[in-house]
Amino acid sequence: MSDVSLMVNGKRVSGAAEDRTLLVHFLRENLGLTGTHVGCDTSQCGACVVHVDGKAVKSCSMLAVQASGSTVVTIEGLANGADLHPVQAAFKEHHGLQCGFCTPGMIMTATDMINRHPEGLDEATVRTELEGNICRCTGYHNIVKAILAASKTMSKGSKGKAKQAA
Amino acid sequence: MYSVNYHRAASVADAAKLIKAGDAKLLSGGMTLIPAMKTRLAAPSDLVDLSKIKELQGVKVSGKTVTIGAASTHFDVANDEKLKKACPALAHLASLIGDPAVRHRGTIGGSIANNDPAADYPAALLALGATIVTNKRAIAADKFFKGLFETSLKDGEIITAVSFTAPAKAAYEKFRNPASRYAIVGVFVAKGKDGVSVAVTGAGDDGVFRSKEIEAALAKNFAASALDGVKVPAKNLMTDIHASADYRANLIAVMAKRAVAAANA
Repeated sequence: MSDVSLMVNGKRVSGAAEDRTLLVHFLRENLGLTGTHVGCDTSQCGACVVHVDGKAVKSCSMLAVQASGSTVVTIEGLANGADLHPVQAAFKEHHGLQCGFCTPGMIMTATDMINRHPEGLDEATVRTELEGNICRCTGYHNIVKAILAASKTMSKGSKGKAKQAA
Repeated sequence: MYSVNYHRAASVADAAKLIKAGDAKLLSGGMTLIPAMKTRLAAPSDLVDLSKIKELQGVKVSGKTVTIGAASTHFDVANDEKLKKACPALAHLASLIGDPAVRHRGTIGGSIANNDPAADYPAALLALGATIVTNKRAIAADKFFKGLFETSLKDGEIITAVSFTAPAKAAYEKFRNPASRYAIVGVFVAKGKDGVSVAVTGAGDDGVFRSKEIEAALAKNFAASALDGVKVPAKNLMTDIHASADYRANLIAVMAKRAVAAANA
């Protein structure tokens, strides 16, 4: 067992966990943050993507204890109260989902992608960068649309009050 | 995953002590080891985490000499401005590994220590004539990569960095598995003061190797057209459900041509 202490969505949290506990299970089971999903469990599908120290990572491929001392942002940490984050708003507007299972990971990946490309995104870049996120419903079309729209909104310095994803 | 004891090493010396415990394994980005532990293909008693060790981080370029800390992530390598000038082919190669989330965690040291037969970095390091530096010694790339998932590392030996002389020209071209996107064939071509070297990943029965046929043709004329009609033997190439040895042999020539064209561009 180890003590895991993290800053999650702006709150300091800590708890004891077995060393083999994956970050995704710590988030879901210890902290009750079930927005982060477990899809493939083989690090391919990206449903478990969260931000650790400002970078998108697959939380099913990292031990909770590896992340100890880090700052984590999950899908629950994006919106500011009732105000959706611009990426969430764009997924809603452009219907970038059907069943919604992959959506938390898609949105966390998209937010990271947009942060890394402040100059803006084009369709080819979005599709390439979505390599690590699998959606079995949409055919990706509306996901790509939503990310392009969110990228535009965010580069314009939108008045959205969403918190900056760490 | 079986139970495991995690240790975060503060320094290479600290890691060298910790690795002596039980059946311990070194952990860097964990992009191979953690999934392997989840499926119980690997079951170390202890994990020694190298990823927070400062001395293992970062890319240094001094004149023509490039040194990359073993715990530098693929993302760090792909985006390093000094490396993009000194050896853009290697930065580009790093940008093709896995997906963005994997590149944020996976490291160059972890990749070469694992020596997956379809990994990208081994082709680059072999073609660049790189040196793999450990906490014990310096190993030439052609002595380091031994076969499938096999290297000349001794038990408990820790890779600290890789270094190489920036080539005059280089490029990497990769034919990806259409679903999983790893290299079915990847060819790294480098032209330096010691001539041309060409290393192939993804295809060899025994892991990464240099293609003598392609090197011989390019030594005379470093142009894509020099490879017209050059045949790579299918002997010792892999056959699996994705590609036969003959297909891989043909792909090696095709990828080499593209790499030379890119290196000359």
